[in-house]
Amino acid sequence: MNFVIPAFAPAIPEMVLLAMASFILVADTIWSKRYQFATYYATQISLLVAGYFIMTSFATTQVITFDGSFVRDSFADILKLFIILVSLGIFLFSKEYLLQQKFFSGEYFVLGLFGVLGMFVMVSAHNFITLYLGLEIMSLSMYAMIALRRDSGAAVEAAMKYFVLGALATGILLYGFSMIYGATGSITLPEIAKIIDSGKADTVVLSFGVVFIVIGLAFKLGAVPFHMWMPDVYHGAPTAVTLYLGTAPKIAGFAILYRLLAEGMPGLVSDWQTLIIILSVLSMIVSAFVAIVQENLKRMLAYSGIGHVGFLLLGVLAANPDGYASAMFYSIVYAITGVAGFGMIIALSRTGNEFDKIADFKGLNARNPWLAFMMLIVMFSMAGIPPFIGFFAKVIVIEEVVKAGFIWIAVIAVITAVISAFYYLRVVKAIYFDKVEDETPLTPVSSELNWAVSLVSIALLVLGLMPSSLIELSYQSIGVQ
Amino acid sequence: MLSSYPILSTLIWLPIIGGLLVLFAGRNNASAAKWLSLGTAMLTFVLSLPLWFGFDTTTASMQFVEKVSWIPSFNIYYHLGVDGLSMPLVLLTTFTQVLVIASAWDVIKERVEQYMGAFLIMGGMMTGVFVALDSILFYVFWEALLIPMFIVIGKWGGPRRVYATLKFFLYTFFGSVFMLVSFLYMYYQSGSFSILDMHTMHLGMTAQTLIFLAFLIAFAVKIPMFPVHTWLPDAHVEAPTAGSVVLAAIMLKMGGYGFVRFSLPITPDASMQLDWLVIALSLIAIVYIGVIALVQSDMKKLVAYSSISHMGFVTLGMFVLYDILQNTGTLQGAQLGMEGAMVQMVSHGFISGAMFLAIGVLYDRMHTREISAYSGVVNKMPWFVMFAVLFAMANVGLPGTSGFVGEFMVILSSFKANLWYGAIAALTLIIGAAYTLWMVKRVFFGPITNENVENLKDLNKREFAIMATLAVAVVVLGVYPGPLMEVMHTSVENLLIQATTSKL
Repeated sequence: MNFVIPAFAPAIPEMVLLAMASFILVADTIWSKRYQFATYYATQISLLVAGYFIMTSFATTQVITFDGSFVRDSFADILKLFIILVSLGIFLFSKEYLLQQKFFSGEYFVLGLFGVLGMFVMVSAHNFITLYLGLEIMSLSMYAMIALRRDSGAAVEAAMKYFVLGALATGILLYGFSMIYGATGSITLPEIAKIIDSGKADTVVLSFGVVFIVIGLAFKLGAVPFHMWMPDVYHGAPTAVTLYLGTAPKIAGFAILYRLLAEGMPGLVSDWQTLIIILSVLSMIVSAFVAIVQENLKRMLAYSGIGHVGFLLLGVLAANPDGYASAMFYSIVYAITGVAGFGMIIALSRTGNEFDKIADFKGLNARNPWLAFMMLIVMFSMAGIPPFIGFFAKVIVIEEVVKAGFIWIAVIAVITAVISAFYYLRVVKAIYFDKVEDETPLTPVSSELNWAVSLVSIALLVLGLMPSSLIELSYQSIGVQ
Repeated sequence: MLSSYPILSTLIWLPIIGGLLVLFAGRNNASAAKWLSLGTAMLTFVLSLPLWFGFDTTTASMQFVEKVSWIPSFNIYYHLGVDGLSMPLVLLTTFTQVLVIASAWDVIKERVEQYMGAFLIMGGMMTGVFVALDSILFYVFWEALLIPMFIVIGKWGGPRRVYATLKFFLYTFFGSVFMLVSFLYMYYQSGSFSILDMHTMHLGMTAQTLIFLAFLIAFAVKIPMFPVHTWLPDAHVEAPTAGSVVLAAIMLKMGGYGFVRFSLPITPDASMQLDWLVIALSLIAIVYIGVIALVQSDMKKLVAYSSISHMGFVTLGMFVLYDILQNTGTLQGAQLGMEGAMVQMVSHGFISGAMFLAIGVLYDRMHTREISAYSGVVNKMPWFVMFAVLFAMANVGLPGTSGFVGEFMVILSSFKANLWYGAIAALTLIIGAAYTLWMVKRVFFGPITNENVENLKDLNKREFAIMATLAVAVVVLGVYPGPLMEVMHTSVENLLIQATTSKL
């Protein structure tokens, strides 16, 4: 057997990230004493460099390398660019938060960077092994990040919960992989698709495999009934980590969903479509009701996140390129909105006050009308009220569901949107209508935070007024139109 | 020259941008905020006048059209235009806007810039609702409108404001999402979100029925019709005066506008089949809600119920057309009903706005809206009572006021449809007179029993100007409704043809 040197060029962004992350990991131990922010800046620069390499060699056609295990296409490139964009924001907010809460450490950024590497690998995965590798790089980084605050009982508990359930989910996913491999004899996604279409594989084993894979993915995404870990983890983790967990990984999560179901198993659509419908409908309904009673904003956003996963799955269950494109658009919008939401909590938090209870937001309009208005934008965007971008995200996935002939699901979706509007309105009510004794002005500790959170929130409005380029980007990268 | 600049876009974006400016520039400077708002509102009104003077009454097609691609992948356009149905409502909006800003002048003390800014932004969006010709654009304005209104009621409202505003928001939001699903379904069928394309597309009976019901939920909540009217009294009572005025004068009209722009032309066959439902609900509203108004002890609530009752006339006038067509074989009688409904919408915009402003004048002085707290106001505020009685008479439908024209036309045409429809609708002349005049008697006349009334001061110049403007509008429209009907005539004719042409 000849050893052929694979083409490395398509994976340059990943290699940059890996090299930089490894370098920063070592360098951090040396420079962290003298230059506090060196690690932070090095991390941001690594992301920018990786982004630069993606931009300069933007994939217009599909390139497969490393013996069919790695793929570079415009779908991957666009998602990676958005992962970078979102991560830049995450690290910016996190730096301020970690400083404020007095546990600033380089590890957060190193782990975060490894997590981004994991997401990149997931997005470009072309066989089961690569996909699993990416997923685990990302998950392991996240377990450690949650536990970064060693002295906080809630954080350690959250890390433990996430670790145990995450391991279980991975196990289930791997079990599914092994069944599909057993039935088809291949681990490369397009080959699996071909073999399934040829009808030579055992359908019972395939069906079992699909069920396990979908359940594993549902765990990772936090879709009902596999969502139990989400509220606890979001609540227990330090806000900077919640910000990380709740945003960029959702984009990567959508990517593996797409790779596995749409590229790997389109022939089994009748099997997985029903599962996705159940997950989607349950997620929307449960989140709409349970989020109403939450008093903690991070917990509320966790339940709202479950609902958003339900909406994202709407696009997937349509099981056609248009549908996937709408789900992709939804995942990007959701990640950006998440940065704005958690970023707002960080911007308002103080040493000793996490500002993560809805009650903390009472009377914000009297204390800081500008940020109150920004939070209003974020909440209404999440609720899917025009003219904010969240509205178009919802409209487009619902449109794809209607097109696919599931009008009843569309009706359920809009009803849950109305119910969930209530809990977003509760936050707006606290901000604008509730009176507080203490009306001292409240400004973020640094002007950087103020700018960042305003920028992201205004982006939700501007994108809502001009959504077409982002929509087109999603549709083009999935290869429709 | 008149159509050389995008007049409709100006009417939408001028107040919105002005409102944002007020939000930022007016912080810590209340008087700047007020003058900037008033200036913006007046400029918008002046700029909207060319719509009236440059309007071509001989065509039913859209005028002052603007069309730019907005979201090409979904065929969504920034498409604006007016016809005889929407143009008067646009003018009503810009006109009311000025009065609303003026009415809040001395009353709002807390965060004036946010209050004024919210109303200006709302004004632009309301114009947007009436002129949008793309269903997604329409929906964007329709929904976005809820945000400033939610804030206005919840922040500057009465004691139960939070309950009222949440109820208002969720009711309307719930109503409209089904409309959204209908739009998406029609897009899937026809590949276009254009309202004009929806008017001509073919639809099966089942689809039509479902879409009709979805529209009915959306518009019935907004207008509002029995039995989904319950948010309105709450919202009205808790809202600040200007909020009530905007709700009654303009937001309710959106429901009526929705019926003529969407329900009748898009689902004519379902409308014909289910017209009994709308007619029955309208008659219930006219009589039952009228009787409820009779027993109210709160003035604002009374006027709120009276609004619902009057909106019953609007929906009745719109949906009697199929019965008339069946009975007489021509659309002439139907034309009368439809025009009556449209005139009623405009006239109710003036009258209800005036009534709420009048109550606001009293409330600002006495801080109560209880009828029992007043008596003999005429002794202290003769000018005010003169106007208030005029508006009350218009509310009753006295000939010579605008209230008479619409009601009379609708009653006449409903007699043509069915004797009983006409008879029941005509009951309102008695019930409406009863609740309005009884309130007038208790509040304005009789001996002064409350010492606070003893200290009342008559209208100041600002209030006088507002009242006088509305009084002129009510009387002019009542004596000389011809021009308004002429504007609508061709569009109504076209609408009736659309509504009676089967799409199966």
